[in-house]
Amino acid sequence: MASTFAKRSRTGRGVRERSGAAQAARIELSGVTKRFATPSGSLFTAVRDVDMTIEPGKFCAVVGPSGCGKSTTLTMVSGLDRPSAGTVSVGGKPVDGITAGTSFMFQSDALLPWKTVLDNVALGPVFRGAPKKEAQAQAREWVRRVHLAGFENHHPHQLSGGMRKRVSLAAALINEPSILLMDEPFGALDVQTKAMMSNELLGLWEQTRPSVIFVTHDLEEAIALADQVVVMTVGPGTVKAVYDIDLPRPRGAVQEIRFDPRFLELHHHIWESLREEVERAYARTAKPASANGGRS
Amino acid sequence: MSAVPVNRSYEPAAPGAIGDLAAGEEAAVAADLRHSTRRRRIWTWAARIGTLVIIMGGWQLLTSAKIVDPFFWGQPSGIVKQLGNWAQHGTQYGSIWEQIWVTFKEAVLGFVFGVAAGIIAGVLLGMFQFLADVASPYIKVANAIPRIALGSLFTVALGLGTPSKVALAAVLVFFVVFFNAFQGVREVDQNLLANARVLGASKLAIIRHVVVPSALTWIIASLHVAFGMAIIGAIVGEFLGAQKGLGLVIASSQNNFNPNGVFAAILIIAVLALTAEALIGLLERRLLSWRPRSQANAAAA
Repeated sequence: MASTFAKRSRTGRGVRERSGAAQAARIELSGVTKRFATPSGSLFTAVRDVDMTIEPGKFCAVVGPSGCGKSTTLTMVSGLDRPSAGTVSVGGKPVDGITAGTSFMFQSDALLPWKTVLDNVALGPVFRGAPKKEAQAQAREWVRRVHLAGFENHHPHQLSGGMRKRVSLAAALINEPSILLMDEPFGALDVQTKAMMSNELLGLWEQTRPSVIFVTHDLEEAIALADQVVVMTVGPGTVKAVYDIDLPRPRGAVQEIRFDPRFLELHHHIWESLREEVERAYARTAKPASANGGRS
Repeated sequence: MSAVPVNRSYEPAAPGAIGDLAAGEEAAVAADLRHSTRRRRIWTWAARIGTLVIIMGGWQLLTSAKIVDPFFWGQPSGIVKQLGNWAQHGTQYGSIWEQIWVTFKEAVLGFVFGVAAGIIAGVLLGMFQFLADVASPYIKVANAIPRIALGSLFTVALGLGTPSKVALAAVLVFFVVFFNAFQGVREVDQNLLANARVLGASKLAIIRHVVVPSALTWIIASLHVAFGMAIIGAIVGEFLGAQKGLGLVIASSQNNFNPNGVFAAILIIAVLALTAEALIGLLERRLLSWRPRSQANAAAA
């Protein structure tokens, strides 16, 4: 599947003009700290001193235990939220307001249930002021690219989870973003559907090459997809280590790359680092339970 | 691959057994189901008509036998006679159709203004926390006062004509719609908002494409109650002082000790309200056609 995508990208329109935009998509976080006020009035530190650089067109996966501030990092890159300290900059400019040329994919799909598949995908151009006809023509093309031709007039609730994800993917990519932020986008899918979606994502990504930050719990998924895996510590999260994934591209099916010796080596290596954090996170949540158990 | 053991112990049931059963019996089962559904519907209607006959017949008999005094409680035959009389000779304020039209017009105008104001206020306060904080004590107070009493004020200030009734109906409608619209806006999925913002939507585009459609389920649910409120506003407004309208007909029937007139007017209003309810139901089905079938049915029930 990946090879057909690669072929299409060569003939596809606009790949070159987009690479110009991609040049501007260097993401840099330096000394970023984010604190929230809790309802009780105390401060909660979500992330602390995060330094991270994603080169234009690179696929970066962020892994870490639950609650380490992975999602917070994404919202700060998108401009939906501001850091309490430190700077987030995109293309050399500090983020101020919504970062232009960004698309976000959430774990729960952010499709409007009252709009059809076509209208949902067309939202990006419509919000940017494109005429309705043009937006719909563009959307039709993207619906086809995610293999949903024939479902244009369905509503989201009529689709399966995997199909809804593909609609989300088309809706996220239609604006031809230079940055794609993904917050556990396939977390709610079953294993097979997840693998299919990963393949589909890789194929589409190789066509347009936006910079990607992909947050996940799943280390295998991270290594299979990414150029760079960032391991974050238990919360307040900070960057523990960054690993370069030197598996060649195009990678082909993610189900098969898992048996590649180099993949296993990388997995073993990164898991050593991640395991400590996961165990520490587990110890935190497990403590009260064991104390309870002792008493009873 | 060949080393993987394959479990072959599973044997399907005798071929054809299930297929044979399906061919003949499926049609029979379907016919049976249709039959029982129809029988059930016939019984439901029979019971409904029976209930009506018992209530109306009992009322007629009790009043004919003077066990219940028809002078105070009216009589079905008298109500029908009264309706015929109005249709032929009109009321003391002109033809009955004119009275119906006046009340209907007041209720619909009040409904339209009240709904529009309720949606606008609900969306604004739902969107802007600061406005909501400023307005919330006033809204609580306004909601606590007996709004029906504002009718007296409107009658004095706006006169005996249509405007005072429209104002009262609109005030009653406003609060019903406002609270629903406000709540609907508050319940909008934060993910949808964040997504629209990242895609570059302006505040206005967010309201149009995300907030209002999302709140529409709540708003439309309130419209059923709201139209009832509009009719109450129109009728009470006419009680308080009017020159035409069904409320006036009821008030004058009351003064003439004519319970049949009161019942006849109530019957006409009920028909009006049911017609409006059906129209709102149609609107609901049109606007919310995107909802999954089961959810839409649950709302309609």
